[in-house]
Amino acid sequence: MGYVLNFTLIWRHFDKLWSGLILSLELAVLSIGIGCIIGLALAILYVSGGRILRSLIAAYVEVIRNVPLILLVYLVFYGIPTVFDFAYSNTTSFVVTLSAYAGAYLVEVFRAGLDAVPRGLIDAGKAIGLTPFQRLVHVRLPTMLRIALPALSNTFVSLFKDTSVASVIAVPELTYGAQWINFNTFRIMEVYLVVTGLYLVTGYAILIGLRALERRYAIGR
Amino acid sequence: MAASSSATTPLLRVRAVQKSFGSTHVLRGIDLEVARGEVVSIIGPSGGGKTTLLRCVNFLEPYDQGSIAIDGVEVGYRGDETRKRRSERDLARMRAETGMVFQLFNLFPHLTALQNITLGLTKVRGLGRAEAKDKAMHWLGRVGLTDKADRLPSELSGGQQQRVGIARAVAMEPKILLLDEITSALDPELIGEVLDVVLSLAAEGMTMLTVTHEIGFARDASQRIVFMAEGTISAEGPPAEIFSANQSNERLRSFLARFSAAHRL
Amino acid sequence: MLDQIAYAIPFLLPGLLVTIEVSLITVAVSTVIGIVLGVGLVYGPAALRWPIRGFSDIIRGIPILVLLFFVYYGLPLTGLNLQSFAAAVLGLTIFKIAQVIEYVRGAIETVPRGQMDAAKAIGLPFHERFFYVIAPQAVRRFLPPWLNGVTDAVKGSALISLLGVGDLLFGIQKVVARTYDPLALYCFGALLYFVMNYALSIASRALERRFSYIRE
Ligand SMILES: Nc1ncnc2c1ncn2[C@@H]1O[C@H](COP(=O)(O)OP(=O)(O)O)[C@@H](O)[C@H]1O
Ligand SMILES: [Mg+2]
Repeated sequence: MGYVLNFTLIWRHFDKLWSGLILSLELAVLSIGIGCIIGLALAILYVSGGRILRSLIAAYVEVIRNVPLILLVYLVFYGIPTVFDFAYSNTTSFVVTLSAYAGAYLVEVFRAGLDAVPRGLIDAGKAIGLTPFQRLVHVRLPTMLRIALPALSNTFVSLFKDTSVASVIAVPELTYGAQWINFNTFRIMEVYLVVTGLYLVTGYAILIGLRALERRYAIGR
Repeated sequence: MAASSSATTPLLRVRAVQKSFGSTHVLRGIDLEVARGEVVSIIGPSGGGKTTLLRCVNFLEPYDQGSIAIDGVEVGYRGDETRKRRSERDLARMRAETGMVFQLFNLFPHLTALQNITLGLTKVRGLGRAEAKDKAMHWLGRVGLTDKADRLPSELSGGQQQRVGIARAVAMEPKILLLDEITSALDPELIGEVLDVVLSLAAEGMTMLTVTHEIGFARDASQRIVFMAEGTISAEGPPAEIFSANQSNERLRSFLARFSAAHRL
Repeated sequence: MLDQIAYAIPFLLPGLLVTIEVSLITVAVSTVIGIVLGVGLVYGPAALRWPIRGFSDIIRGIPILVLLFFVYYGLPLTGLNLQSFAAAVLGLTIFKIAQVIEYVRGAIETVPRGQMDAAKAIGLPFHERFFYVIAPQAVRRFLPPWLNGVTDAVKGSALISLLGVGDLLFGIQKVVARTYDPLALYCFGALLYFVMNYALSIASRALERRFSYIRE
């Protein structure tokens, strides 16, 4: 093959990767946080709302889930500011996009979780005289969260990986850092090996943490 | 919702109740009364509508026709001519007056034994935390589970879970307790501990409507047995009469014969 | 806005075909290889299981974009000179294989152990146990995620525009560069992707129903 791995240049520019990784994590945490609020609110509205509301929520979910994330990123960053007279930084724009994207996936996770709450538990809540709102807060949501935990973990890790798409609008996260080193040092193999390692370690660390939560809280079914 | 607590009105009065699931006519005109302090047990073949009747009593299942009143107050529909369904708030308030224990326990899996009991006490009865806890601990003691207060349902045996289920229901101080085959999901050796709790409640004068396949328990605990099959009550009377060998009701006799054969009674 | 879309269509059509072509190749190749490797992962000897496990976990642990860049920029250094089209298809396929392996494993593991035992008890050899007993039951569990994955493949293929492959998104970008109306064009592009994927998901639901006759 004749290609000799040499990591010296990678280590010299490692701060680019490190700060990139931190930014990737920040993007993920912010978007997942906002996405959870959107997802939870819409899931509750979906299960308790009327037909029109349901159709609107379903439309949001279907549109987002059937369009590539990269296209949504372009749409929000380049498209929206041309009609509405404002500008936002590429980072803000990406957080907006990934939050909306996360929201659509999380509605589905939460909704499926709410559907999976055993009827008997809701009956038991009724039987002790809880109102519908009290049943939602004290029975359905806590049970749903525990049922949905495994699916939530997978979605969170997947959203963390999706932050790499931010590189296409020059948000200096990990993948962007990798490309920068790629084009400036040409230690291509090395940089992608290191970046692969960083994504793997971080992603699996998140997953292991969440799995520990699951073992603690998930309801064995 | 004025309660007419005169001693003559039955605590529970079910009149001409009909209920269908789609094309299945499950309750075909049920009339039943339970007096204050009385224990009534429903027996009968599976699929006969026993569970459905119990669920109608606290309106977990809306019924199509007839009326159900507890302490003179119409349960699911407004007592006036409109027969409009009560608001969810009213329903919740009414349901707090009936306790229910389920075949599959239905304990809240994310709450400890203690919290399963205090949830209704604090949120529905409006007790303070300390007061609710005292009361819950009292009932946990009554069902013999003081030491399991902080366990999650998944850490309890079936018999223990069901005893928490009973404590959760009676701690609300309901006017009537509904028990639906509360031992049929339990291993045989755990049935006794649960029935003992129910017997002691009966001895204290708790009004109960139970569905059970434990003939011995039905005989010992109840003042009256109701035999229900295919959506109607076809025999009713004191245990001695219902279980007597020269029972005239053909259907009841064959049910009991098949039943005791299967259970080697 | 409408005339701009009319102007754009001739640019977008070839891109749309490329997107469909890439998705088809990716799905077809990855399904075949993924099923073989998935069965290897479940029934193979440790020497086979571990490499497959490692491959699948690593590939599924990194963003597709990183994998695509790795293949596109990295492989030429090993002396393998790929056109961007080939590099794109290779990257997407590797990613999809890792997913298909997991679908297969998940599907096989939902078939109760007793089924294999019962098949052994009547004396069937492995390949007959697999084809006549396990596979027909596993198909039902394999299909839903696999069908979902077809939509994923179409969506994932939009990333190859970054490698200079002339797919649908690439076409959209080209028109945006000429007309300076990003909003209209991106919305139109989103609509095209949506129609494609929505049609796919309706078709998959129909297919799922056909296979839902096997009950637990
Ligand atoms: N939610 C329901 N939907 C449709 N049919 C039901 C439902 N609940 C009960 N049934 C039917 O009603 C009949 C009576 O059921 P149930 O009240 O559970 O009888 P039992 O408790 O005496 O065994 C059965 O035929 C059952 O299939
Ligand atoms: Mg029943």
